[in-house]
Amino acid sequence: MLPLPESAILLGQQAADWRAAVLLAGSALEASGATTGEYGPRMVAMVEEFGAYIVIAPGLALAHARPGPDVLAEGLAVVTLANPVVFGHAHNDPVSVVLGLAVQSVDEHVTGIAELANVFNDESVIPRLAGARSAADVQQLLDPQR
Amino acid sequence: MKIVAICGAGIGTSGILKVNAERALARLDLEAEVTASDLASVATAAADAQVILTSPEFVEAIGKTNADVIVVQNYFDVDELTAKLEAALG
Repeated sequence: MLPLPESAILLGQQAADWRAAVLLAGSALEASGATTGEYGPRMVAMVEEFGAYIVIAPGLALAHARPGPDVLAEGLAVVTLANPVVFGHAHNDPVSVVLGLAVQSVDEHVTGIAELANVFNDESVIPRLAGARSAADVQQLLDPQR
Repeated sequence: MKIVAICGAGIGTSGILKVNAERALARLDLEAEVTASDLASVATAAADAQVILTSPEFVEAIGKTNADVIVVQNYFDVDELTAKLEAALG
């Protein structure tokens, strides 16, 4: 599983808009030591360039950017929003859970992503994450074997 | 048979699409090579692909192609992927 330390989990956050929500995921990745502060704005730039495609399921955004020197280690962050925000996705808005993903190379993340897909194929996970009360709950939901 | 999952960066979202497309193919008892790629490499990555899997945002940018372009709404919904792949390949 991709590393998800407690420092990378922010619960019940206030975000004025999708940019603020993605930047919170960037802050969480930075706080955990996975990235530098430049990575959050790069995740925002992906959405500005390509649109809201990172909203991959109802209520869930997977924020990420390409590997770069601002990625110090692979890692995951989880941000839950007190008030869901709109990204502009035709089907999956509004978003209440933002995942942040940082990887150092395109190849290294495949196993971690497969495990993430496993977890989220259970459709109850997104609402349960949105309602999680502690970092331990989030870690348990994302990595049931831990 | 070759299937290409396309997203903006070629990591993250297309990786999830690849994993779940492989699950859908297993359900349909079909064999195919599924790769994940970014939009910038679509011309080469999808040159000999039968199917391109992607988000609504990328359909226009993918442009003219001989492949069937399948638009996916919920990347974690293997039922949706299975039904759409079956319709395209069946």
